[in-house]
Order: sequence, then C-alpha cells, then structure tokens
Amino acid sequence: MDIQAIVKQVLEELKMAEHKNSSQLSTPNNKEKVEEIVRSLVFEKEKVVRVDSPIDRETIEKVQSITPARIGIGRTGTRMKTREYLDFRIDHAAAQDAVFRGVSEEFLTEVKLPVLQSKSESMDEYLMNLDSGRQLNEASRKWAEKNLSKNKQVQIIVSDGLSSSGIEANIRDLLPALIQGLQVKNISIGETVFIKRSRVWIQDEIASITNCDVVISLIGERPGLATSKSISAYLIYRPNQDTVEADRTVISNIHDGGIPPVEAGAYLADLLADVLQHKASGVILTQLKLN
Amino acid sequence: MFTCTVKNERFQFHSIREVLAKASEEKSGDKMAGIGAQSYLERMAAKVVLSELTLKEIYENPVIPYEQDEVTRIIYDDLNQYIYQEIANWSVGELRENILSHKTNSSDLFRICKGLTSEMISAVAKLMSSIDLVMASQKIRPTAHCNTTIGEQRRLAFRCQPNHPSDNPEGILASMKEGLSYGSGDAVIGVNPNNDSVESVSRILHMTHEFIQKWEIPTQNCVLAHITTQMQALRKGAPIALMFQSLAGTQAANNDFGVSKAILDEAYELMAKYGTSTGPNQLYFETGQGSEVSLDAHLGIDMQTLEARTYGYARHWKPFMVNNVSGFIGPETIYDGKQVIRADLEDLFMGKLHGLPMGIAPTYTNHMQADQNDQEIAGMLTALASANFYMGVPGGDDVMLSYQDTSYHDDASLREMLGLRPLREFELWLEKIGIMENGRLTERAGDLSIFK
Repeated sequence: MDIQAIVKQVLEELKMAEHKNSSQLSTPNNKEKVEEIVRSLVFEKEKVVRVDSPIDRETIEKVQSITPARIGIGRTGTRMKTREYLDFRIDHAAAQDAVFRGVSEEFLTEVKLPVLQSKSESMDEYLMNLDSGRQLNEASRKWAEKNLSKNKQVQIIVSDGLSSSGIEANIRDLLPALIQGLQVKNISIGETVFIKRSRVWIQDEIASITNCDVVISLIGERPGLATSKSISAYLIYRPNQDTVEADRTVISNIHDGGIPPVEAGAYLADLLADVLQHKASGVILTQLKLN
Repeated sequence: MFTCTVKNERFQFHSIREVLAKASEEKSGDKMAGIGAQSYLERMAAKVVLSELTLKEIYENPVIPYEQDEVTRIIYDDLNQYIYQEIANWSVGELRENILSHKTNSSDLFRICKGLTSEMISAVAKLMSSIDLVMASQKIRPTAHCNTTIGEQRRLAFRCQPNHPSDNPEGILASMKEGLSYGSGDAVIGVNPNNDSVESVSRILHMTHEFIQKWEIPTQNCVLAHITTQMQALRKGAPIALMFQSLAGTQAANNDFGVSKAILDEAYELMAKYGTSTGPNQLYFETGQGSEVSLDAHLGIDMQTLEARTYGYARHWKPFMVNNVSGFIGPETIYDGKQVIRADLEDLFMGKLHGLPMGIAPTYTNHMQADQNDQEIAGMLTALASANFYMGVPGGDDVMLSYQDTSYHDDASLREMLGLRPLREFELWLEKIGIMENGRLTERAGDLSIFK
C-alpha cells in the first residue's frame, strides 16, 4: 500500500466515524425533519385587495383592474406586507437576470445562429461604455466580411441588447414567422446572425459589410418590472454617415403580453416590404406613406 | 497648469476643468467621457490641488466661458459681487472648513451662497465625505411657498406621482387616492403624461385640479409635460398651480431639452399672471447627474460640476421645488448603488448651498447594479440630511416611466423614523379627514376607498 492510499483509507474511516456520530445524535428528530422540508411552492402574481378592513372593497377591486400600478396593497405599520414586498423583489430580480445573465449556450445551439461579438469584452464594459457595444470586434468583423452573403435585400440581426430573457422567449417563434413572410414575398435574405453584447447602431456596420438594402435588428429591450421579456425591432434602409435616429423605424413591445412574436414576425415582413418599396425608413417612410 | 506630487508620484493637470473632473469621486459617466481620474492617487492629487485653489481663481476660470454659454451668464449675472469679494481669497479647503465650522450658522451660509459660483460649490463638495455632506446639508434649510410652505424644520413633504402607462384618468385618480391615503402629496400632485399633447395634458390638469378643489387639499397640481406644452395649456385656461421643466448644466444640453432663458422667463411671467397658486414660487425643476453626458453635450466637464451649474441656472427662477433624479439614466452615467448614494448626497448639498428647496429621488433602473436596499439607504441618508421632499410612487414601481423610486410606504416610513411631520397646512387636512393623528398614520390610512 502506498502512502496516498493509506491516507485515503484513514480519511474515509474518519469520515465514517463522524457520520455515525452525527447520525446517532440526530436520530430522534430525523424523520420529522425530512417531512418538514419537503414543500413545493409556486409563487403566482395575484391582484387582490390587501387593505385591512377597507371601507369599500369593491371600489378598490375595480380600480386595481384599470391600472397596473401597485395599489390597494395595504400595509403593516408603514411598510409593505410580506407578499407584496416579495412580489416587487421578484419582478426586479427577473429584470436583473434578463440584463445580466446573457443568452444561454443551449439557446444559441438550438437556433443555430452564427455568434458574433461586439467590442465589449465584459458585461461591465458593455453597460458603461455605450460605444463598445456599437461595433464588431476584429475577429467578428473579419468573419462577417468573409462569410456573410452580400447584396441581399434584407439582413437580420439578433442582438441581446438589455434582455437576454426577451431573446430566449421570442426569437424561436418570431424568426421563422419573419423569414417565412419574406420568402412568400420573394425577398432575398442574408444569413441571420446573433451578436453578443450589442446595441442598435451595430446594424450600420453589418449593413455596410453586407451591402444589404435594409437591415433589421431584433433586440432585447431594457426590462421593466411589468415584463422582463420584451424585445424591439429596429430597421433602417441603407444607413450611411449622415444617418440620424429618426431614420430608423422602431417596433417595440414584442412579447406575449404585447405584440405576440408570431404576429410580430408577419407584421415585420410586411413592414420590410414597405421599406424596400419606398426605399426609405423612419420618419421619411411615414411621410412618404402619408402622401 | 498644475502639478502635484503625492507619495513620490507626480501628477499634472492642465486646467481647472481637468482638476475638477479628476477630483470627482468615481462615476461611470465621467469614465465614459474619458475625463475621470486614471488612478486613486491621481484623484487625491487633484483634490489636493483643488483644496489650494482660491475662489478668485475659480471665478476667473469658469468651465465654459461667459460669452459662449447661457448657463454661465446666468450664474455670473446673479452673483452678489460684494459678498463674493469678501470671500474671494478663501481657498476651497478654507471654504469647506467654514461651512462645517460651529461658528458658521444657517444665515451665514445663506449669505455666503450669494457669493459662490456653481463651480466653487461643486469644488467644495469634492473635498467632502458622506458625513461632511450630511452635516453641512442639515444646516441649510431653504424654504419656498406655492400653496403650501416647503422646507420648514421638522417637516418632510412628498410628491404624489400617480402615473398611468396610457394616461387613463380613472387609473391616475386611483393611484392619487392611494398616495393621499398614505399622506403623500403635500409637495405636489404631479403626473408624468405619456401623451404630451395640449389636450391630453389639459385634461389631466383639470382632473387633478377638480379633485383638489372638491376635497379642499392644501397642495398644488402639476403635469410634467414639456414646458411649452404646459404654457399652451395655461393660455387655453387649464388650471396649473406649479409648472415643470427638466434642466441641464450647459446651453447645448438645454437646447436639446428645448429650453432657454427666454422660454423660462416667459413661463415665470405666465405663471405669475395665470397660475392658480399663491406663489411666489411657482416652478418645479428636475435635474440629475449625467443628462449632459447622455446628450453628448458635456464639453469635457464632469457630471457633478454640470449638476451644480444646473442649480446655478435653476435658482434664477426661484422654484418651489428642485428634484434631483441622479440614477434615472442608467449604468453608463451612474453605475451602482454606491455611485447613486454619493451623487444623491452631493446633489442635495450642492442644491441647498445654492439656496434651493431641494428634494431627492433616489432612483434606480433595472440595468444598474443597484437594488431596493441601496435606494432605501440613499433615502434614509438624504432624509437625515434634511431633504425637503421625495417622490411617492405606488409600491415604488413607476408603471409609466419604468424605473423604481420611493414608495408611498417609504414616504410614511421616512417621516415616522425621523419624527418628521407633513407640511403644516397638509397635516391639518390629514387630521381633518382622519388619516393622521399626532404625526402618525391612523388605522384608516392606506385605504383609497375613503375618497368616495
């Protein structure tokens, strides 16, 4: 027996002895404890009147239904009741996760999108230095120049933006609906790419690399407490040096509680056809359509 | 050109503007603008240089020249030259000691502040720690009067902020009743509109005004649309007690906000003529560190100094309230809880030293590294430092603007923990309708259905 094996054996014996001691000590309560800790909870949001003995419960119920504001929630002393406090913290936690967690590898594998990256090396840099999220890093730029199809009518970008949860919740349904909608209209499309830690303006660089007519970014919105899973679509016709924000068309609030993703896909396909027809986006497109 | 050697390391600064920027406590917006200190020691070297500058040197070197910027012109034109001359030879370090000294009382500070430019006030705050800022802020109690008197000793007011995502009048009314039932609303009942049209804004003004009349509430109403929209509404007969506008610390940023001295002068006069309130203070301003950075209109000046200049600009129109919302923009200007807390304390002190009736909105957005705990700490510290007022948002969750601010519950808590009372006239009203007794909420409080 070598030294290592002896040490291992001694350690195991010690561990066994320890286990024996501890289980002897805890035996009397053991069974009860096991039963106590098996509990499965599902926390559901519920809008109920939590005011203690209100003068008119019906009135509070009625107004609770016409505003998403946290009213009629009652109090203990001057503080929130436990359930309402937890509900608020849960909504904030979901929003924080949406921003900070990042889109999962599993998701990216499943949707089979090539993954590019902005110049942001970390989440901190991404959040604090806005410009770093507006340009591709060297490797991604080279890859895009070499591999992406050129001169297509439409180029689609998926950007995590500020909500990875929004991307994971909507892209699976939105993307096929959008692509199918464009195909029906015989509109040519480049390969969709995912760009990690990217902001809207990165679409200008992709448009310039691919020389597409119109570029559309599906991007995670800054999460609110009401929903952390909303995304927006930003599209622009042939951006250049003189592009201003008003040249972009924006469709926001895409999620199950707003514009549902499948519906959004079909709608965006129509919108892209409009942009191609008028050769314009943003305020100019709105004006052209009015005339 | 300034040089300073600390711990055998030599640092060089090319202008007062650079000294001010590098002497700032760390904030992400100054970093993004590329003007913050590069190391901890460089920051301290800048503070040393700053502490030795005289007020005269700062006076002679405004961060933006008088000829180039309307904000600078207002600050300099409003300065009392006699008082400035009395203290021109003080260093910034001496100014700090004078402010904190037991020999300097509240009225001394009100006098000194007439002779200080905003850059001087920003400079001295950079030499002050959290407790310094609280001690100094406690000494300065600017008051103002619209329909209620704000800023008196032992009193703390709140804006009831009953926003609705699509301006539904019933929804706004419901949140307003909820807020009032917690004793929130003595500073103002102020609604952020989603729709900035004159018709829609007027509708909310009428609705809030009628509710205030019906229930005889001693307060003022306000709809926080763009000032030009409110002016149009006022001209068409909408009842406005308090007129609102966001301000910034450079002319370029104010241009982006669509506001100027000419517009503010006009608003001031219109309110005096057609406003529903007693006055003389009939304007409400909002400010916050970082707006100039996010509009790319900072001109190489640090966020805190620009915030001070905003106060120097704001005081010209004798506002009833100035609300600071540092933290509203996001992590690119103020990164985390620590930076928000610091900004809130700096801004409260700087606003008060400008003689302004300051309130604080310790806010956070969901993409910042800050949470409810940070917000509550900032709220408690600035209440300790005698802020005049806070916001009141149902459950702390603004469903229109998508950010978090102090809740009706927090409002009631801040009063109770520090033994502070609502504004005098409003407290009597709360007692009359049975929501408050001896400064505490009664059993009836927190029930919006008491307003039938």
